[in-house]
This record gives sequence, C-alpha cells and structure tokens, in this order.
Amino acid sequence: MLIGKISKSLKCKKYNLTLWQCPSFLFLLTGLIIIITMISSYLIAVRYTQPEIVALIVIGITVVLLIINHFIIQSVEKLAEANKMKTEFIGIVSHQLRTPLTGIKWTINLIMREKGKLDEHCLQELKEISENNERMIKLVNDLLDVTKIEQGQLSFKPEKVSIEALFKNIIKEYTPIAKAKNIEINLETEINSLSVLIDKQRIEIVIRNLIDNAIKYIKNKGEIKIHLTKKNKSIRCEIKDNGVGIPKDDHKNIFQKFFRSKNIMKNETVGTGLGLFIAKSIIKESKGRIGFHSKENKGSTFWFKIPIN
Amino acid sequence: MKTILFIEDEPTIQKSISRFLEEEGYQVKSALDGDIGLKTAKKIQPDLILLDLILPKKDGFEVLKELKKEEATKNIPVIALTNLEESANIEKVLSLGAAAYLIKANYSLEEITEKIKQILE
Repeated sequence: MLIGKISKSLKCKKYNLTLWQCPSFLFLLTGLIIIITMISSYLIAVRYTQPEIVALIVIGITVVLLIINHFIIQSVEKLAEANKMKTEFIGIVSHQLRTPLTGIKWTINLIMREKGKLDEHCLQELKEISENNERMIKLVNDLLDVTKIEQGQLSFKPEKVSIEALFKNIIKEYTPIAKAKNIEINLETEINSLSVLIDKQRIEIVIRNLIDNAIKYIKNKGEIKIHLTKKNKSIRCEIKDNGVGIPKDDHKNIFQKFFRSKNIMKNETVGTGLGLFIAKSIIKESKGRIGFHSKENKGSTFWFKIPIN
Repeated sequence: MKTILFIEDEPTIQKSISRFLEEEGYQVKSALDGDIGLKTAKKIQPDLILLDLILPKKDGFEVLKELKKEEATKNIPVIALTNLEESANIEKVLSLGAAAYLIKANYSLEEITEKIKQILE
C-alpha cells in the first residue's frame, strides 16, 4: 500500500512505468539506503569494535546500490529509446499522411476549377473541406518540423534576403484572411530594403507562425502592427496585436511544445500548440532571441532578434 | 504541344495532375513505376519529367541518376515532386541535376503548373 502511495505521488503511473522502472522512486530508495547504511554502520561501529563487520555491511550495501543504479540506467535508456521511437514514428506517419492529404487537396483543386458548374451552397462546403484539409497539412508540417528539431536535423541554409520584402510577401498572403476578420495589418519599417544573410525558409516559418497567431487570437476586428528595426548588428521584428492576450500564469509555458493557453482553449480550439515552440527553436538555432509581453484581454507583442553579418 | 511525363505510383495524385495539365494544354504521359518511367522517357523524349521519389521497382533517385547519365535524356528538365522532406533528400536530388524539388502537400495544382511553365520557358 505504501509503495502504491509513493508510486502515485511520484507520477510514475502517468508514464506507465512500474516502480522498478521509475527513476524518481529508485533515487528515493537509493537515498534512503544510504542514510540507513550511515546510521546503522555508526551504531554497529559503536557496539562492535571489529572493523570487518562494518566493512562487510558497507560492501553489501554498495552491491545493493549498484543493482539499483543498474535499474536506473536501464529505465533511462528505455525512456530515451521510447522517445527516439516516438520521434521516428511521427516522422514516418507524417510522410504517409501527406499523400492522401495531397490527393484530397488536388481533387478539390480540380472540382473548384469548374466553379460555374457548382451551386453556391456546394462551393461553400467545398471551401470548408479545403480549409480543413489545409489545416491538417499545416499540422503535419508542424509535426515534421518538431521531429526535425528533436532529431537535431534543422539544417540552416543562409541566403541573402530583403527582410522587408519577405514581410511584405507574407502580409500579402495573409491579407484576405485578416480582412475576413476585419483585421488590418500594418508594416512600419526602419530598415527599408536592407538585405541580410538569413535562412529564408526557416525565418519565414517564424514570421508566419507569429502573424498566424496574431490573426487567430484577435476575436474580431483589430490591428496587427509590425515593426522592423535595426540595432547594432541585429534586426528586430516586432508583431503586436490587440487580441485576447496571454494570462500571466501561462507566460512561463508559452514556448513549450503542445502548450495552449487556458483562455484560448475556451474560445478557440484550432491550433496545435507547436507554432511558438518551432519559432523559438528556429530563432535559437539562428543565434537570435525571441520574447514577448502580453496582458490578458489587451493583446500580445511578440518580437525576435536575429544577428546579421 | 509540350509533352510531360509524370512518374508516380499513387493513382489519385496521378489522375488529378494529368487532368489539370491536360486542361492547361499539355500532353501528359504517365508511368506507374520507376522502370516503366525510365523506358518511357527514353522512348518518347518528353519536354519535362515530373518525378516522384518513392516508387516501386526503381526509386526516384535511381531514375534521376540514370536519366542524367543517358545522352538521350540528360537534357530533359526533371522536377522532383514528392512528400519526402528531409533536407538531405533535397540536396541529393538537386545535386543529381533536378531542376526543382517540390513538396506535393504544400503546392496547389496552379502553383505546380506555374513552376512547370517557368522551367519550360
């Protein structure tokens, strides 16, 4: 019963581990054994004068500790292996998922071409299927990015790019979605046509994720202000929205994988909780920094800084 | 009329691209595996080849290698059209001489056609 209680409090059950595979339990046990050994060897040493007995006890206990350590190592290895398999599994499944998703995407593509033949109702429903399909593709792409990050495969290929043009292109892409929600996107730039050496594809993912979030978390009507500045040898991009904001309690977790803030879970269920995790990993790999400040119901400002040289 | 050879084993994908490109005024020939693809390429000498990478019998990498080795086919532009993404694959395919690497799920049929037009010009 006691063991059951310990196991519960150590949350080993949550990870589906038996007590003998649970590192935190094993550590606790090791600690207890060490303490008991110290006390008992002291007591024995006081009562008996033969050092052999003490030595024997210490050796005996050391063997027990070694065995427990062996369990710890085994369980950590098992966990690492499981983690690796999970990552590989996601990678494989994602590739497999993309094929049928492409099939759906292109078939809808073909049908939508003959718009004239479809009635309004049909067209609207097809659009919904298409939007959902795009969402699935985005999720699969996000999962693949996470897999790459976790396997350390995020390779960086720098190329010369005008940051301003990059932003303008992405904003253009998002304007229809923003308009549909009565959101205005404004770009202020102090860097003009400055070209910098960055990994365009990766930085694009970061910018997309941040703008995507800003649009998603403005309930209806609002403004997104994007501000680009250059300071010393880095570029700072700031994306400010007047959306739902992030509750203070959630600030520390916001860049964690799969984390989604409580207040958005209430209203808005679309999202994977991967966008910011991916953005942070990319910016970190680019030797930059990313951060934010936010107030619930007032809005959020996310910024990132990347070195340019 | 320009001819495009599409080497792809997935019927839905095969069908939708072929139909779209035909409507755009291209002649499309299909091959369902690497072996047939290679033979067809040599026989009909298309203006462009769309090549999937995971294929039965001979995979896309092999097909690309052989296409670029053969005198008759080495100048035909090849677009790798796949859902494989690892950057190692992208680099490998481009270094083997492919003109572009497109991830299927991320492109609409219009965008793919646009790319084909660009390369054929």
